[in-house]
Amino acid sequence: MAKRAAPEVNAGSMADIAFLLLIFFLVTTTIEVDSGINRKLPPMEESDEDVIIKQKNIFTVLLNGKDQLLVEENIMELKDLRLAAKEFLDNGGDKSCSYCKGKKDPASSDNPDKAVISLENNRETTYKTYIAVQNELVAAYNELRNERAKSLYGKSFAELEENYKDVNWPGNKESLKKKIDQIKVDYPQKLSEVQE
Amino acid sequence: MSKFKKKKSGEMPAVNTASLPDIVFMLLFFFMVATVMRQNTLKIENNLPFADQVDKLDKKDLVMYIYAGKPSENYTQYGNQARIQLNDNFADVKDIAAFISAERATKREELVPYLTTALKVDSDANMGLIGDIKQELRKVNALKINYTTKKGSVLTNN
Repeated sequence: MAKRAAPEVNAGSMADIAFLLLIFFLVTTTIEVDSGINRKLPPMEESDEDVIIKQKNIFTVLLNGKDQLLVEENIMELKDLRLAAKEFLDNGGDKSCSYCKGKKDPASSDNPDKAVISLENNRETTYKTYIAVQNELVAAYNELRNERAKSLYGKSFAELEENYKDVNWPGNKESLKKKIDQIKVDYPQKLSEVQE
Repeated sequence: MSKFKKKKSGEMPAVNTASLPDIVFMLLFFFMVATVMRQNTLKIENNLPFADQVDKLDKKDLVMYIYAGKPSENYTQYGNQARIQLNDNFADVKDIAAFISAERATKREELVPYLTTALKVDSDANMGLIGDIKQELRKVNALKINYTTKKGSVLTNN
């Protein structure tokens, strides 16, 4: 008996089926946002002794219920906040900080280690303004750290951290970690928050 | 020579669509892989604010999500003030402690210190609610938090 070729299956509707599935997944896909500003809350235990910080070492940022910004007793626009915070942190008033590029104004902060930013907000403040202010303050720290890392190691702080997270990075992780910690010691993030 | 004579038909030859399924499948697989099925059905408006100093949240399984915002259109009976949503339901501030300990119980013990709480809060919510949430988180010692934001400039978008 002559061998008969098996009849070919008609695959013409395959595209239709695939399209159907494709459209289903297209519609259900939500690319989830998974990035944000990381913060650490202070632990609950209350210390009895009051920490005394000199007024000149505190950078007060006040956000009222109408989303207005009061920085060191002056009304300020959001766009100027980053620079003002940088100037305050990088001031180096007591001249102990050799890497500070600020004005060395004795009326402003002593050194980055002592400088504290205090953010006070009202219950009525909207979340987006609060995030914007947080973002600017974090940006001030990040910019200072980047500049410091650039001058020390020729790489920005963000790059160092990225390298540290990257598993395929070929260099020495131990020394990299030391570098990162050094920058963090030079410009520690001291941001305290109060709510009225 | 007549062997090579072209057939004289005026019609255009049909485009071969045999590889169309392959292309579609390729797209399909991309979307299948990229799709993250929503964990929670949101009952609130959740329009996240913008920020540009963002860190990535990796290790998705070590994240607890707390949502907050105004109840969305279908749930107007819950009022028009910002509310908290945990899992699939509206919740009160005092429910957060229970929620956190329930989430912790599902994770391996050695991983508990690495848990991060992601606050997905609508941009128009007010800080009173967030302050209450943070206070509650401090009480249960869940100190690592992340304000989930969209990536973009603060000055132009907010």
